Amino acid sequence: MSMIRDFSKGIWQENAVFKLLLGMCPVLAVTTSAENGLGMGLATTFVLVCSNIVVALMRKVIPSGVRIPAFIIIIATFVTVVQLCMEAWVYDLYQALGIFIPLIVVNCLILGRAEAFASKNPVSRSAADGLGMGLGFTLALFMLGAVREIFGSGAILGFDLFGASYQPMLLMILPPGAFITLGLILALMSRLGREKNIKPQDGGHCG
Amino acid sequence: MKDILRLLLALTLIAGIAGLILSQVETATREPIKEQRRLQMLKALSAVLPEYTNSPDTDTATLENGVDKKGKPIQVIFYRGRKAEQLVGTAFKVVAPDGYSGNIFIMVGVKPDGQIIGIEILTHAETPGLGSKITDALFKDQFKGKDLDNIDWRVKKDGGEFDQITGATISPRAIVGAVKKGLEFYREHKVEILVPQVIPAPQGGVK
Repeated sequence: MSMIRDFSKGIWQENAVFKLLLGMCPVLAVTTSAENGLGMGLATTFVLVCSNIVVALMRKVIPSGVRIPAFIIIIATFVTVVQLCMEAWVYDLYQALGIFIPLIVVNCLILGRAEAFASKNPVSRSAADGLGMGLGFTLALFMLGAVREIFGSGAILGFDLFGASYQPMLLMILPPGAFITLGLILALMSRLGREKNIKPQDGGHCG
Repeated sequence: MKDILRLLLALTLIAGIAGLILSQVETATREPIKEQRRLQMLKALSAVLPEYTNSPDTDTATLENGVDKKGKPIQVIFYRGRKAEQLVGTAFKVVAPDGYSGNIFIMVGVKPDGQIIGIEILTHAETPGLGSKITDALFKDQFKGKDLDNIDWRVKKDGGEFDQITGATISPRAIVGAVKKGLEFYREHKVEILVPQVIPAPQGGVK
């Protein structure tokens, strides 16, 4: 039962982007289209699940005094391994996602989950948490990317929506569009949350 | 003191293991990555060259074209495509440094007389949905069959004949300029580039 909760809380109730405000850098930077958001989300999910598993496995051998640098080494190693393997054996996928992969190291959602969850829980629960958090992150990036692509390019996932006469709102796919969209979505979320009388979760805030 | 030594040891151990894993992965992926990059190069070459039977990535001529900011000579590599020993086209990379964001790398293929066979955008970081349309066939195809004399090498906005992209003039302008410079360099150094090279006869003969 608890594993299902570990998984599902990340998707909505403790959504990394909308509720914990973690990993804002990729959220703002790569969501210029729905496809980019989806790609970044899935790559992050993969690394998050792997790093959660490894951190949970090693949680008893890592001294607490050096746990943060140890987590960073584990995450960075994982990201580099993933990047090298993708470039060597699935080059087409690497071409599509390659530029996002190094960004994952500095995504503090991954470090945040290692510190807050995987370092205190067994492997299976940590894996469920990583998968849930990752998919919630993917959902958020996809939503943001879709909104920005619809207004900014008049398309969704590359398919033209409004025909040639549509004048795209350039602003939406430039950096300010990311802040505006995220702000509006957060406002909407907190409005919905207030009506259901759910207090926003308190989480760490960083880039 | 004892504590610090323990922490030091733990972190050193973790970093050591990570380094070991990374070096193993790097060794295992080095050859496949090299091969993938070569295939990628050949794909770009076959997109801008007519049908060839040799391997243009090994049949090259390297010339120097000025120096870069650090005073190092800039090397331009010309890849020569041959069919039945006859030179059918030459491909070379040009760089447009004045795009909207970052350098744009372009592969240009020309017939021996200097007429463009086709261009291919290798890497760019232009605004998604705007400047990124330089990779569309509609934009790239305008270069086919053009040489230095049969078209005004400027975008329409500057009084030339190349279509710019709605909302993005900077990227096409940069590309038109870079390709033009490439053609000029080709014309000036044609003799050196096309100098008949002694091709070692393949062992065992080719069918």
